[in-house]
Amino acid sequence: MSTAHVGHEAALGHDAHGDGHDHAAHPPHLRHHFDNSGQQESAAKLGMWIFLATELLMFSGLFLAYFVVRSNYPEMVLEAHERLDKILGAINTVVLIFSSLTMALAVRASQTNQRVQARWYLLVTILCAMTFMVVKYMEYSAKIEHGTLPGRFYAEHVQDLAAGVEGTLDRWYGGYQLFFGIYFAMTGLHGIHVLVGIGLIIWIMWKNEKGAYSSEYYTPVENVGLYWHLVDLIWIFLFPLLYLVK
Amino acid sequence: MTTTTLEEQIHGGHGAHPEEVDYLRAKRGIWSWMTTVDHKRIGVMYMVGTLLGFLVAGVLALIFRADLMTPDSELGRELYNKLFTLHGAIMVFIFIIPAIPAALGNFFLPLMLGTKDVAFPRLNLMSFYVWVLGLIVLLAAIIAGNLDTGWTFYTPYSIKSNADGSGNIAPLVLATTGAFILGFSSILTGVNFIVTVHKMRAPGMTWNRMPLFVWASYATAVIQVLATPVLAITLLLLMLENVFQIGIFNPAWGGDPVLFQHFFWFYSHPAVYIMILPAFGIISETISVHSKKHIFGYKAIALSSVAIAIISFLVWGHHMFVSGQSEFAAALFSFLTFAVAVPTAIKVFSWVATLYKGVITWNASMLYTLTFLFTFTIGGLTGIFLGALSVDIHFHDSYFVVAHFHYVMMGGTVIALLAGIHHWFPKMFGKMYNEGHARIGVILVFIGFNMTFFTQFMLGSQGMPRRYAEYDPVFQPYHVISSIGSFILGAGLLWTLVYLVMALKNGKKAPANPWGAASLEWATQSPPIEHNFHETPHVDTDPYNYPEIDRTAAKAHH
Repeated sequence: MSTAHVGHEAALGHDAHGDGHDHAAHPPHLRHHFDNSGQQESAAKLGMWIFLATELLMFSGLFLAYFVVRSNYPEMVLEAHERLDKILGAINTVVLIFSSLTMALAVRASQTNQRVQARWYLLVTILCAMTFMVVKYMEYSAKIEHGTLPGRFYAEHVQDLAAGVEGTLDRWYGGYQLFFGIYFAMTGLHGIHVLVGIGLIIWIMWKNEKGAYSSEYYTPVENVGLYWHLVDLIWIFLFPLLYLVK
Repeated sequence: MTTTTLEEQIHGGHGAHPEEVDYLRAKRGIWSWMTTVDHKRIGVMYMVGTLLGFLVAGVLALIFRADLMTPDSELGRELYNKLFTLHGAIMVFIFIIPAIPAALGNFFLPLMLGTKDVAFPRLNLMSFYVWVLGLIVLLAAIIAGNLDTGWTFYTPYSIKSNADGSGNIAPLVLATTGAFILGFSSILTGVNFIVTVHKMRAPGMTWNRMPLFVWASYATAVIQVLATPVLAITLLLLMLENVFQIGIFNPAWGGDPVLFQHFFWFYSHPAVYIMILPAFGIISETISVHSKKHIFGYKAIALSSVAIAIISFLVWGHHMFVSGQSEFAAALFSFLTFAVAVPTAIKVFSWVATLYKGVITWNASMLYTLTFLFTFTIGGLTGIFLGALSVDIHFHDSYFVVAHFHYVMMGGTVIALLAGIHHWFPKMFGKMYNEGHARIGVILVFIGFNMTFFTQFMLGSQGMPRRYAEYDPVFQPYHVISSIGSFILGAGLLWTLVYLVMALKNGKKAPANPWGAASLEWATQSPPIEHNFHETPHVDTDPYNYPEIDRTAAKAHH
């Protein structure tokens, strides 16, 4: 076995073939250290599930922080959440759920060798994700405009038309700045995940155009799909917790 | 002779391959190292990196130990605080968490499982570079200013941005960012190991034929994957607290500083087991190989690693007995802490039983293993003192705590790491070190270590608080003994470094299996070829089967 040149190829990130393996058919996607495609696929999937578990645990810390704030200051959270736009939040929820559907359809299309279909489903998914970010941008802009920001940046503009008073609210002990701190931390971290997801789906789409996926090999599509569903799932929890407080 | 026996066993008779070019010489040049995806080279790079961290943090400790020789502080309080913070942060995040899993684990996990590499080799290389990045950011924190919170970053002390926005937050934000990045590296290693153990085992390598080092690394990886994300979010919130003053941990704005402690220890207590479980794995290997006897209680040791991993998630509150958490919670945490002692004791008794009627070789690896049994047991038992509610209130934040965790971290993990390095050095580098030199090292380390830290138990029980630059002169004799001990320990470790580096250059060529071990990593040449094995090994025996010597094996296993 010519170890030297095999290793060289591996170091460059290529698949090592022609290294004296007896395997007659060596599919191009199979990396040198796996025995067969089945092993590679199940390893990649397990790795992805474990990664998703770490994501879930990371967000669980934020959810815990949210519940601590909410249980300490239930009235404050109830009042502060009225400052969020329920309509925009609901639109984003629908958009993301729909994008999960198109993502699932894209995986199915790859699996059944329908490359063109997969392309369109992926494109719609990307557009949905971008719509989500645009809506998020609108929401954030409004917050910045109104001064409903986290911590020391909280300076809410208020006006009481009846009394003819106008001014800014400063933060106070157990005040709204806590809620907006949590709101921006949660939606911000989620938004970063959406951006990463857009990048990943564009990458998948590009590979799909190059004909990398088929019923033989579509693990990356499936794994990106799993990631996307998790991002969607987290939003499904964020929406009621932040926008629909009772 | 034993070499061929093992090779025959594994390759079914056609043992002797001509010597082939090994992984160290397969490719040349610094670039071939920087871009390597070979788990062995990544392991070696991690080893060099983590040991450098150990050296730096160790020198810092020697500096403040020298300062502690007198009750007054020459360094001054501020510098003293900075030094112990750096010592802790570097030791924990840069050295001890990746030391065994990422260095020895990376190197030996695939070899022990009989596979060519870990499941995700490129992710493995990435984890190394992420680690380097984390290291750089952490070092930037030192340059940025005064980092004096201790490695635990407790709030509200770590909230450097005051109500008026004054206070230099740069060092703290950089340090937490660094720890965040290092955590990411740790997660990547963990994901890789779990998948490797599940999916990459050689044919015939059933779960019950895996070496115990693999079991321990597996349990470690589970903790890394499940606990580290919580640290990530904790540090992220702490950063937000400093940059935006979101108020979640700051009592001035209605936040809860104790919440930070809950968050922090939810990661950092399991992290203690990230540090110690791989050490248990090493000891299980060395004690069996160097006494030529089948490990006693294989399944008990394997599953106790998993049990420790599970219980480790339920004991974080024992760091918070004086934080004002509810008494009911404290009692529960105390009970669960005692529960950890059960699987741990199962291991210790199994190791001791392994020695019984074994053919014990008094080489450096075995001497370190025996040192481990001695020092780790002291560390473990004093942990029970600290887990007991009433006693802990007396010992809390005293030198007793310092001594306890150094007996576990240093007397446990570092001693086991030394046992492992001496055990696997011939395999990793293909050279034998001088056994006589190594024994001198063991003696220096043993004496130095116990002198340094045993005195600290006495200091702590008499009321010497930790993290103080100055102290009551009544404690001086103990401090002097402790400091002299630390110099002996430092000399011993430096000596170890010297003779190992000498061995790299001038050592005798190591045979494939110098200890007559039965696990797979010894079935390939020393150092291994780049793809580990000539043919994928088929495993039909367990890794502690020493048929020629061991007469108890048959009985133990049927």
